[in-house]
Amino acid sequence: MDSLIKTDNLIYEYTKRDDNGEVIGKIRAVDGVSIDVKEGQFIAILGANGSGKSTFAAHLNAILFPTEGSVWVDGKNTKDPANLWDIRETAGMVFQNPDNQIIGQIVEEDVGFGPENMGIPTEQIWERVEESLKAVGMWEYREHSPNKLSGGQKQRVSIAGVIAMHPKCIVLDEPTAMLDPSGRWEVIRAARALNDVEKVTIILITHYMDEVIHADKVFVMDKGKIAMEGTPREIFVRRDELKKLKLDVPQVTALAHELRKRGVNVPEDVLTPDELANALDALKER
Amino acid sequence: MSDRMTLGQYYQTDSVLHRLDPRVKLTGTIVYIAALFVADNIWGYLLATVFLVTAIALSRVPVRFMLKGMKSIAFLIALTVVFNLFMTPGDILVKFWRLAITKEGAILATRMAVRLIYLIIGSNIMTLTTTPNQLTDGLERLLSPLKVIHAPVHEVAMMMSIALRFIPILMEETDKIMKAQMARGASFDEGGLIDRAKSLVPILVPLFVSAFRRAGDLALAMEARGYRGGDRRTRMKPLHYEARDYVGYFCLVLLLASSIVLRMML
Repeated sequence: MDSLIKTDNLIYEYTKRDDNGEVIGKIRAVDGVSIDVKEGQFIAILGANGSGKSTFAAHLNAILFPTEGSVWVDGKNTKDPANLWDIRETAGMVFQNPDNQIIGQIVEEDVGFGPENMGIPTEQIWERVEESLKAVGMWEYREHSPNKLSGGQKQRVSIAGVIAMHPKCIVLDEPTAMLDPSGRWEVIRAARALNDVEKVTIILITHYMDEVIHADKVFVMDKGKIAMEGTPREIFVRRDELKKLKLDVPQVTALAHELRKRGVNVPEDVLTPDELANALDALKER
Repeated sequence: MSDRMTLGQYYQTDSVLHRLDPRVKLTGTIVYIAALFVADNIWGYLLATVFLVTAIALSRVPVRFMLKGMKSIAFLIALTVVFNLFMTPGDILVKFWRLAITKEGAILATRMAVRLIYLIIGSNIMTLTTTPNQLTDGLERLLSPLKVIHAPVHEVAMMMSIALRFIPILMEETDKIMKAQMARGASFDEGGLIDRAKSLVPILVPLFVSAFRRAGDLALAMEARGYRGGDRRTRMKPLHYEARDYVGYFCLVLLLASSIVLRMML
């Protein structure tokens, strides 16, 4: 498989100033991150507040540029200004606050905003709007005002707005942080469906553990560095390490852990309630 | 608070006026207002009345919606009428104490009142039959010749539509901040004018801070979706003139021409 996004020893520093504008020092928000994302993968980047995960994400869409090291998106270096708009069309971005990224006054117009900017002919814009809204299950709401939608619905519209640009990759920067639990699942389901059906590469930035159990690969960031990487199963058995990074394992995994401590012989790496239920059934039959 | 707000007061229904190109409606409103001020005799006003009544009938919007805006400017109309009535010199009709109503004053006052009322109803018809979006689109296209002199036409239209999108959001936010301040013992409806104005400061400051943050976020989101100004952009809903729009323009030319003729002839 081709690598779609590659970062090489990415470092991002910014100068911190006090209230009077005097330089206090330099903060290294991202510190030597090297990752390689292949086409079609579902990648999750986990981290507590201030771990540098959002700063890192902003590099993938050429919003921020590395202080040192490089980022390649589909083989193009983000440092070259000539690549800027190609990169933004290749790697779409969904942000945290649903209200602050919807531009249109009607759902369908917002989804058409990206294609309009790309100079797509009118009929094709309508085709793209239709397919994108259907992909996130918001087609029935195409004529609604975004103000009347729930948080989860707004985020799905934002995702549709990105899909309509036909990117190879979508970076979701904490898309669920401001949503209620049912809204969170709407968004995660939409992202997974895109990955499964449309084979769009997904990079999900989050601090909710439950959202990453279906990822192909998880990176855990801490203080700007990659602290852990592996499949969700490999990550979540390292419970104590995660705790030190102020992260928790999914509830089911935590439950399995507690059961094991009390002598119930369930596997340590369960990720979903179904898996745990099956394991318990198997125990009962024995 | 935001529930009561209907932005741009658009009235959803299907009528010829609704389907008319926004550019025709914008031009139409301007031509109609011009015709109102060109008129200086009964025939001119009659022409404007015929035009207005036809437009109301074509729009299929209930008349009470047209009159909605009246209440807020009733005071202005009353003021204009009173001033014109008493301040115009001429033949005295009625006189009590030092105030006199002159014949000229009565005519002028009626004229001004009719003009103002017609003007409001006329522009109400436009906003009732045109969505805010069509309005900004139409404005952008109408003013696009000004791009030759580097007027930021696209940018202004984009700002207008973003403002319209964010007004309900900021209203909701104002509501939230007000409630938060009230929970801490602030009161907004006590004291004199100055006290009330002062009590708005703790609302406006957080509101501005949040508006700037939103603006920053939105700019980022727009750039991430490839926005780089108006050139090279295509339109999802381009404006096309159809036969009815040409008919509309023809009627407008007719209106303006006949009101000029009526003024000069009679």
